[in-house]
Amino acid sequence: MANSEAPEPARGRRVIVLQADFLFHKLAVLMATVVGITLLAAVAAIGYDSWPAIKTFGVLGFLTSSQWDPVSRHFGAYPFIVGTLVSSTIAMLLAVPVSFGVAVFISELAPGWMRQPVSAAVEMLAAVPSIVYGLWGLLVFAPAFANVEPWINDHLGVIPGIGRLFQGPPMGIGMLTAGIVLAIMILPYISSIMRDVFIATPVQLKESAYAMGATTWEVARNVLLPYTRTAVAGGIFLGLGRALGETMAVTFVIGNSDNLSASLLMPGATIPSVIANEFTEATSKLYISSLIYLGLVLIAITLIVQVLAVLLLGSLRRRPGGAA
Amino acid sequence: MLKSRKSQLAGLAIAITATLGASAQAAQGITGAGSTWVYPLVAKWAAVYAKNTGIQVNYQAIGSGGGIAQIEAGTVAFGASDKPLLPSDLAKHGLVQFPTAIAGEDLVYNVPGIGPGQLIVTGPLIADIFMGKVKNWDDPRIARLNPGVKLPNLDITVVHRSDGSGTTFTFANYLSKVSPQWKARIGADTSVDWPTGIGGKGNAGVASYVQRIRGSVGYVEYAYILENHMDYARMLNASGKILSPSLAGFQAAAANVDFTKAQDFYVILTDQPGAASWPISGCTWQILRKNAPKASNAAVIRFFMWGFEKGQAQARSISFGPLPVSTVQAIKVYLKKNLGI
Repeated sequence: MANSEAPEPARGRRVIVLQADFLFHKLAVLMATVVGITLLAAVAAIGYDSWPAIKTFGVLGFLTSSQWDPVSRHFGAYPFIVGTLVSSTIAMLLAVPVSFGVAVFISELAPGWMRQPVSAAVEMLAAVPSIVYGLWGLLVFAPAFANVEPWINDHLGVIPGIGRLFQGPPMGIGMLTAGIVLAIMILPYISSIMRDVFIATPVQLKESAYAMGATTWEVARNVLLPYTRTAVAGGIFLGLGRALGETMAVTFVIGNSDNLSASLLMPGATIPSVIANEFTEATSKLYISSLIYLGLVLIAITLIVQVLAVLLLGSLRRRPGGAA
Repeated sequence: MLKSRKSQLAGLAIAITATLGASAQAAQGITGAGSTWVYPLVAKWAAVYAKNTGIQVNYQAIGSGGGIAQIEAGTVAFGASDKPLLPSDLAKHGLVQFPTAIAGEDLVYNVPGIGPGQLIVTGPLIADIFMGKVKNWDDPRIARLNPGVKLPNLDITVVHRSDGSGTTFTFANYLSKVSPQWKARIGADTSVDWPTGIGGKGNAGVASYVQRIRGSVGYVEYAYILENHMDYARMLNASGKILSPSLAGFQAAAANVDFTKAQDFYVILTDQPGAASWPISGCTWQILRKNAPKASNAAVIRFFMWGFEKGQAQARSISFGPLPVSTVQAIKVYLKKNLGI
């Protein structure tokens, strides 16, 4: 009797589950399609609106021309492409090592009671709106940094070769300032991913290394990093994506000049900053179209970075220990 | 559970209907879009106008470019631009334009030992500084104009606007008039290809850079000079008089223009003759469609006429100079002729 009754409700439930599953499947497919279509539609619309500029300046002409002159209606993206890549590179050079240090500190070195507050403090950095970073950079960091720049001039500026990167008037704003502010902004993204995967690394692996007499540095270098490298690389690219697209904070501190300079202490401009600056008052069709074309270039840069990231992750996975 | 969700939905529906109702009501008021520069004035006038007449003026400061695009598309009743449209462009799109209020800008600097009004500059000198040809404060070209002022040996850092703006257009337009080389190399638009210097966002951005960077020089709206107590330059005007910036000086620049002769008010108020005319004076233009419903155009014109006549104190309180009576009269004649209102 128990046998004859029991399957009945179970079968009914199964049907419901199957239907729900079917619906959920369709819904998920729909969502994914909508996201894809939205992206394609956005790119198509941007491409359409930038067509007048593409027709006028071509692709190579636009990418390599360093003249951005609204009066004579000649527009070239080169200074802004360089500015975007340089400011993001500075940010990565600063943020990646610091994030690594923060993550190792939280996962390996910090006493138990300190982990939570330090993690929370780092994550709070991500909660600060970028306009606040911009204002802070402009009103607090840049004046303080202007006092450091004469020292940079005197000590780094005299090194043969790379010295040229560190010469210029002490204005406190410029490419280097933008890179530093960006580094602070992307630090929480990179470090929290690193911290999570370091903590998730099996204790046996770490303990065995320590048992062999390894130092904390050796454990981090030879156990944590190899075990987690795909996730770590993913975190780094997440930070890079954010740095490339950051607009407001950069606009405030980069100095907004389309004159390229070898020195990192001199002002520059990035693609997002010039769009944000000039879009509202751009009065001619070609001007607006060129600004949208800049947006298309930024999408292309981000896409190239993404593809490189996927390729890199693929090659990391194929190496031993890359399974994570 | 289901019931509460239903009631939530019903609540949402009511909220949406209410919002739509509200926006439909707002649409019965006056809508405008454009220049960020004139926004404080239109907003101030709109608040008082709504209190007095009950008519809402909804102005969106989306920028001059946006304002022109919106009025061409006919989505707003008026568009505002810091740069007048050429009479040929107006004719092509069936538009009319008239000036609104006058403002001015001046050079500000951060040079140790030189206070407000202590430095005298000319247009050609400003052009040379902003082209990077005069690089140091102790340059003889500055010294010649300022005998008795102790000019330090200090590099000049040029600060300009990073965002497109009517302020830049007015400034560059003035320099184009007084320096042939500026005109040939750089020209005038809401944003130009600056040969040197750093860009600050908005008047506030330029003001803050100038206040911080020793040896810097920039240009800002008069209101920002007053607000931030900045060191401003005195200027030599087109009639050879040395002036400090003032509302009276901006208005004098407009008063000397014969608007009845200028087609569609296409006059840029920089470098105007007259002993009292401030050289870097500017204006904002309101743009209307000829083929808009007459009631809509009439409502816009009533609002601005009210502002010209009753809103002068509000304009002055935010450093906008009211239009001279003669100009308002010329606008009335122009609108009668073109719109029949």
